[in-house]
Amino acid sequence: MARADLCGDLSGPEDAPLRPEEAEIDATELETRALNDRLRELLLSGVGRVRIKNVCGQRYIGTRLYTPQHLKMDIEIFGTPGNDLAAFLFGHRITVHGNAQDGVGNTMDAGEVVVHGRAGDVLCFSMRGGEIYVRDGCGYRTALHMKEYEDKRPVLVIGGTSQDFLGEYMAGGIVLLLDLENKGHQANFIGTGMHGGVIYLRGSVEDCQLGSHVAHCPVDQSDRKILDHYITKFLERLPEVASRREEIVNSPFVRLTPRSKRPYSSLYTY
Amino acid sequence: MKSFVFPEFQIIRDEQKCGQCRGCERQCAFGTHTYDPVADRLISDETKCAGCQRCVIFCPKHAIVIRPTPSFYRPNASWSREKLDDLKKQAETGGVILTGSGNDKPFRIYWDHMVLNASQVTNPSLDPLREPMELRTFLGAKPDLMDISSQEGVVSINTSLSPNLMVETPVLFSAMSYGAISYNAFRSLATAACKSGTYFNTGEGGLPKEMRQEFGRCAIVQVASGRFGIDAEYLNCSAAVEIKVGQGAKPGIGGHLPGEKVSELVAQTRMIPQGTDAISPAPHHDIYSIEDLSMLITALKEATNYEKPISVKIAAVHNFAAIASGIVRAGADIIAIDGLRGGTGAAPKAIRDNVGIPIELAISSLDRRLRGEGIRNRCSIIAAGGIRCSADVVKAIALGADAVYIGSAALIAMGCTLCQKCYTGKCNWGICTTDPRLTGRLNVEIASQRLSNLISAWSHEIAEMLGGMGINALESLRGNRDHLRGVGLHEWELDVLGIKGAGE
Amino acid sequence: MPRIRRELYNKEICACSIFGAMNQSGERFNAAGVMKAIANMHVRGNGLGGGFAAYGIYPEYKDYYAFHLMFTGKSRQDKLSAKAELEEFLAGKFDVVYEEEIPHRDESTVSDPPLVWRYFLLPHKHGEDEAISDEDYIVSKVMWVNTKIENAYVFSSGKNMGCFKGVGYPEEIGEYFMLDRLYQAYTWTVHGRFPTNTQAWWGGAHPFSLLDTSIVHNGEISSYGTNRWYLEMYGYACTLQTDTEVIAYAADLLMRRQRLPIEIVARILAPPIWNAIDRMNDSEKKLLTTLRMVYGPLLMNGPFAIIIGQTGRMIGLTDRIRLRPLTAARRGDMFYLSSEEASIRLISPELDRVWTPNGGEPVVGELNNMRTVLQ
Repeated sequence: MARADLCGDLSGPEDAPLRPEEAEIDATELETRALNDRLRELLLSGVGRVRIKNVCGQRYIGTRLYTPQHLKMDIEIFGTPGNDLAAFLFGHRITVHGNAQDGVGNTMDAGEVVVHGRAGDVLCFSMRGGEIYVRDGCGYRTALHMKEYEDKRPVLVIGGTSQDFLGEYMAGGIVLLLDLENKGHQANFIGTGMHGGVIYLRGSVEDCQLGSHVAHCPVDQSDRKILDHYITKFLERLPEVASRREEIVNSPFVRLTPRSKRPYSSLYTY
Repeated sequence: MKSFVFPEFQIIRDEQKCGQCRGCERQCAFGTHTYDPVADRLISDETKCAGCQRCVIFCPKHAIVIRPTPSFYRPNASWSREKLDDLKKQAETGGVILTGSGNDKPFRIYWDHMVLNASQVTNPSLDPLREPMELRTFLGAKPDLMDISSQEGVVSINTSLSPNLMVETPVLFSAMSYGAISYNAFRSLATAACKSGTYFNTGEGGLPKEMRQEFGRCAIVQVASGRFGIDAEYLNCSAAVEIKVGQGAKPGIGGHLPGEKVSELVAQTRMIPQGTDAISPAPHHDIYSIEDLSMLITALKEATNYEKPISVKIAAVHNFAAIASGIVRAGADIIAIDGLRGGTGAAPKAIRDNVGIPIELAISSLDRRLRGEGIRNRCSIIAAGGIRCSADVVKAIALGADAVYIGSAALIAMGCTLCQKCYTGKCNWGICTTDPRLTGRLNVEIASQRLSNLISAWSHEIAEMLGGMGINALESLRGNRDHLRGVGLHEWELDVLGIKGAGE
Repeated sequence: MPRIRRELYNKEICACSIFGAMNQSGERFNAAGVMKAIANMHVRGNGLGGGFAAYGIYPEYKDYYAFHLMFTGKSRQDKLSAKAELEEFLAGKFDVVYEEEIPHRDESTVSDPPLVWRYFLLPHKHGEDEAISDEDYIVSKVMWVNTKIENAYVFSSGKNMGCFKGVGYPEEIGEYFMLDRLYQAYTWTVHGRFPTNTQAWWGGAHPFSLLDTSIVHNGEISSYGTNRWYLEMYGYACTLQTDTEVIAYAADLLMRRQRLPIEIVARILAPPIWNAIDRMNDSEKKLLTTLRMVYGPLLMNGPFAIIIGQTGRMIGLTDRIRLRPLTAARRGDMFYLSSEEASIRLISPELDRVWTPNGGEPVVGELNNMRTVLQ
């Protein structure tokens, strides 16, 4: 199986530079539709940075921001964004000061999301590019059907641990769980149906927690380079955990990869 | 007396392909093919042919075709060829027409008139390849409630529990006795049952001593009216004990193993003289009324130290639900019901084709009766009689059964082609015979692998169907008629089955 | 013998939002906060059902069972005859100490409301009934009313608690019954509904309740047919055409009648997977295997997140593979459960702890002085 190389930088396709104009939105009493209307207006009018305050449950933030010219925006969210944050995201950067809910990065194509808190279920479902950094843990069915093609490869870094069905049907990309609080990985059914990509776990995991098509082994030198790169990026974006870089980078990690590209070839009779 | 009856089959040999290897002569125990030294070729006698297709499959040149004879009487909706020929045979011999396998007449097959549900949108279907899908179930009596106490974090169960069989998939091998089937076939069933986490049933022929230690834990041993081969070790080495009161192929009459099939080993296992007919009488002669059955059930529990579930197997007939209810109250842990299409090694054709009711209607009616009386928890229901595929299993469980027994299906997996000549003892596939020249043809390792493959394939299919319905544990399908709909059924049939019509 | 007709029951399907808030010190509060919280999850519903359960709302009548009745029917006359028939039934079986129409606003946006009344009463047992407990008596009479008296439904039957529900968004139902003005409770649970049957009816909204157990539920129970027949054997009649009913009756059977603790009940409704059980130590393995063996037909299959309300307790539980979301949170004495975290943050921006419980593991909040409340 091809090993993940060091990823290129985060910019999306044919990137336009970030404009310096700023704006602020107060999301109190704003419905999802109205908030996203406003965001798009700002993007089209030339704003490069937006702060949204009092966010409480509004959904699909960042989704309606595709433009043929690939305009980019930097969005800072204060509060708790609703489901499907950064769904279908096309190259913007979103920072959340708070917890995120379910569906973050749903089919995300490019860009970056940083969450100073935890994320919910179905994180990075079908993600196809870009990077997501979550400071704390996440819920069920993380990185389900994540995919990659040649050098377009999504990356997810979690500071805590995940719940069950991590990496189910995973077909590509890199998932890295740091378990910074050393609670141990409790997830079950990790990687069931995995047929591409790689999952790195800091610490260890039992065989009975893994799907039957997952192979696991300790990391090697080239893995360490990848880990170093993304851990550094994680700590840069989440300075509140900066102090322990050496300790993290030198910890034991395991690598999970699929055993075969066609795990179910012998199931059917013709 | 000259026989006026048509040969049933026509044998067509392609003389150009045939290499005269005489393989067909060796394969056929009925003596259909013989080598004529004068003409220096193989000739075939249609009157002997049973249509078992053994020679066809084993001919290295695929030179033989065997098919139902095209000769015909004048077409007659009432007098079919079979009816005419059976009558002529009786006129020739004055005897009872005997047959094997299960009812082949066109009674309505309810499995083919029921369709299953799938979940969409409002409830996700589950993917059995990736999400856990549990087919494990327990057969036996369950208490109505559990009394649990907890002290300092240690939880203890105060209710006393009845013994249960834990089975990994709801398909068990039905009762087929050693004697009715060959030792190799019998051993293949036992081997596959142990390997696949399910059980086999010894039928009324006993369990040979050399098999008890290895296979006893997967064996449901039968206590039938002939009481063949029953000793205390037999009872205690088993996983469960089944009292055979009746079977679907021949309700109301007993078993009959012709003397031809009672070989030395069969005689030893059954403890009767070699070569005699092994007759199981119709009733158990110690059960003339329900309280007698209760006595026998308790006697067996005593004999097995209350460690094994006791099952009672009955044929599905008209008022059987009331009988079954009585049987549950008499202390049975499992009720096995065998429907109209159940198979057999030998039965009078008149009984096989005319007595009993279809198992689909029986399961539903029994489940409803027991629920109505509030006693459904006290027993598990195993359904038998013409289960042909995994969809039938799923439908049976949705109608209320806990598990199914497969008989004909298991034999077909081993090679049987349902030629219905089991009673002759000349089974060319080595299955329903005790002739050592024939039984050697069935290799235990290969046959048991075929059976395990069957169980595995059906289990995967059942998991797919369950997942499609949004269910990941078999417990949630049992009696869940909401997932069934009827197509092309009359109102009364929908009522008996307890299901809605498709679209309702 | 007459032929037994098959049961042509309909099971409505719904998806929804749920929310619960409990003050564990027992201090009571009005519904304004939870109405805001559920309104925040407005998009999860479609306005065809909403409801609340509230605990501690009738302190002056706390020793009496509070029956909330719904009288439906096309015309006002239908509703009044149902009421008359019901009151005649009550007169023979209960001592009613007080009764009145549940106060509501007329100018709100709910559609086609039934007549909704409350009766505070105690059982009046005759003959054979004297041998059974008050609670079993109440349950059997509630089942009787719901099956036999046309157009009358008891939708709440506990002491010092009550359900309020109907067709409309939950915040609309809250306004209709003036829950933010007239009532103070130490636990509120709320539900917003998205049924796929457009002819929604008031009785089909959540919560479903029997005695003091109330359930709000998000999901669909694919094992409904199995759960239903099992419960019917114990005398529960499933008449309200919604699968949530079986959860309420299962909770009543297991927790009240069979007195099993919630940790065991959660293991019955949402048991662990077999290969996890097979790896446990001997005594745990035996317990869980026995529970699955005996109570298999009560396994709730299909996606669900439920909040169970009881006197002095609020419990959250999700299905064994967590197909529906549930977030739990604590802030001081407050304990919250919600389909989405944002709703909790709306009424309590600061939280001490936020987490999403594992599938099949219950989260329980209890009043600090639980023992006193139960006496």
